[in-house]
Amino acid sequence: MKVTIDGQSIEVEPGTTILQAARMIGGELVPPAMCYYSKLKGSGGKCRCCLVEVSKGSDADPRPMPKLVASCVTGCMDGMEVNSKSSERVEEARKSVTEFLLINHPLDCPVCDQAGECDLQNLSFEHGKSKTRFIEEKRTFEPEDIGPYIQLHMNRCILCQRCVQVADQLTDNRVHGVMDRGDHANISTCISKAIDNEFSGNMIDVCPVGALTDKTFRFKSRVWFNKPYNAHRDCDKCCGKTTVWMFGNEIQRVTGRKDEYHEVEEFICNTCRFDKKDVNDWVIEGPRKFEKDSVINQNNYTRKIEKVVIETEEHILEGREQDRKKISMPDFPLDSNPKRV
Amino acid sequence: MSTSIQNISLSGRKKEVSNKEMTFMESLYLVAIVKGLMITIKHFFRKKVTIHYPEQTREMSPVYRGRHMLKRDEQGRENCTACGLCALSCPAEAITMKAAERKKGEEHLYREEKYAEIYEINMLRCIFCGLCEEACPKDAIYLTVSKELVPANYDREDFIFGKDKLVMPLEMAIANSKSVN
Repeated sequence: MKVTIDGQSIEVEPGTTILQAARMIGGELVPPAMCYYSKLKGSGGKCRCCLVEVSKGSDADPRPMPKLVASCVTGCMDGMEVNSKSSERVEEARKSVTEFLLINHPLDCPVCDQAGECDLQNLSFEHGKSKTRFIEEKRTFEPEDIGPYIQLHMNRCILCQRCVQVADQLTDNRVHGVMDRGDHANISTCISKAIDNEFSGNMIDVCPVGALTDKTFRFKSRVWFNKPYNAHRDCDKCCGKTTVWMFGNEIQRVTGRKDEYHEVEEFICNTCRFDKKDVNDWVIEGPRKFEKDSVINQNNYTRKIEKVVIETEEHILEGREQDRKKISMPDFPLDSNPKRV
Repeated sequence: MSTSIQNISLSGRKKEVSNKEMTFMESLYLVAIVKGLMITIKHFFRKKVTIHYPEQTREMSPVYRGRHMLKRDEQGRENCTACGLCALSCPAEAITMKAAERKKGEEHLYREEKYAEIYEINMLRCIFCGLCEEACPKDAIYLTVSKELVPANYDREDFIFGKDKLVMPLEMAIANSKSVN
């Protein structure tokens, strides 16, 4: 099946969604996604960030779709033509969605541990307005303790439900989900039961905002002051491949390895994430690379610097040749050069 | 010579030097001395460029940037939440900090959940560019109009200013809140 997104065509398998096809092409046309997570089944369709315009339904039915569609849950059709970044309607819609997501999101990035690697920050940087029109009071929740490893900030939650899917699909007995409805909807461990499953820590990695953060890393450092390294260890529960965030010789945080869409490559277990904070536990492979504009690259000088060639004009060197003639001593006995006039 | 670069005066100040003999009047140097004295005397009646420093002070520029101060709000609580943006923006890498969580009962000391437990500026590194002030999202750090930037000292350690020297004194915060009301 052939799909065209922003003028770029690609052949895809039947059943591929528009978002997946866009990610195959890559680049600027990839719609932002706050709730879709390729490693979690059934994710997507909630945040509406990835809206795209379908200008031609398919070869069989070339009518455009009347409304913008969520690209993460819409399948590709043969001959489909999609406008993502190039469409003004889409840009406008994403701006509105960002404004909606920020309505109840507290403005506490200076305090939040996710700042610097936050998807909502990136989204609002690209699509958000710098002013708010919301004058009502923001929705707030009572702080809730959900165990010694994970910190829950319900106020920051955007209800993407990725963490619920992690609890559903990775852990055996789900102890947390969405409670209540509408404006009162909130993520909660049912009956405040601590999450003690071995893979529960992955909720921190999948959370696009700072609603679920690492309690062992709480307020320790800002992410851009850490140096991330790829590291691995022999783990009997998970793959053991992680990113360790170092400050000097100290491992301050361990996370999964996130790709360019901030999705972990492989899920890691809680032992690796929370308990192995000693450098001797890990085999460090080398520095982890991040996208060019990421704040994590601050003060990182590992980028290759090209050699500068100064192209001088010929005439600038002319005088020097003259001087050279004056300085060189043609009468000097050891000079092997023939005498100059 | 051809019209090459040697014949052109690139700076426009190229002068041909001549070895002309001086006339009798010129060799007395009288005119030249008077001319020189005129220049000297003219300067007596100009506006003085120096001032008597400790007694007189020059007017500060409105964008003068003096020593840093960590602000307290009108209730006396510290504004800084150790977000690290000042340290990130600092081109001289002079700022370091360590964050801590606010405990119960400390709400009157710190405005946010998180505060700077250690906040240090290395005054030997600081170039007083004011980028920290510009980056601060919490209005916490300001470069004051203090006349003295950094007092002289003997040890290098004395130039690393901690929170004891940087945070606004409580009396000043109280005075500020009174002047507002």
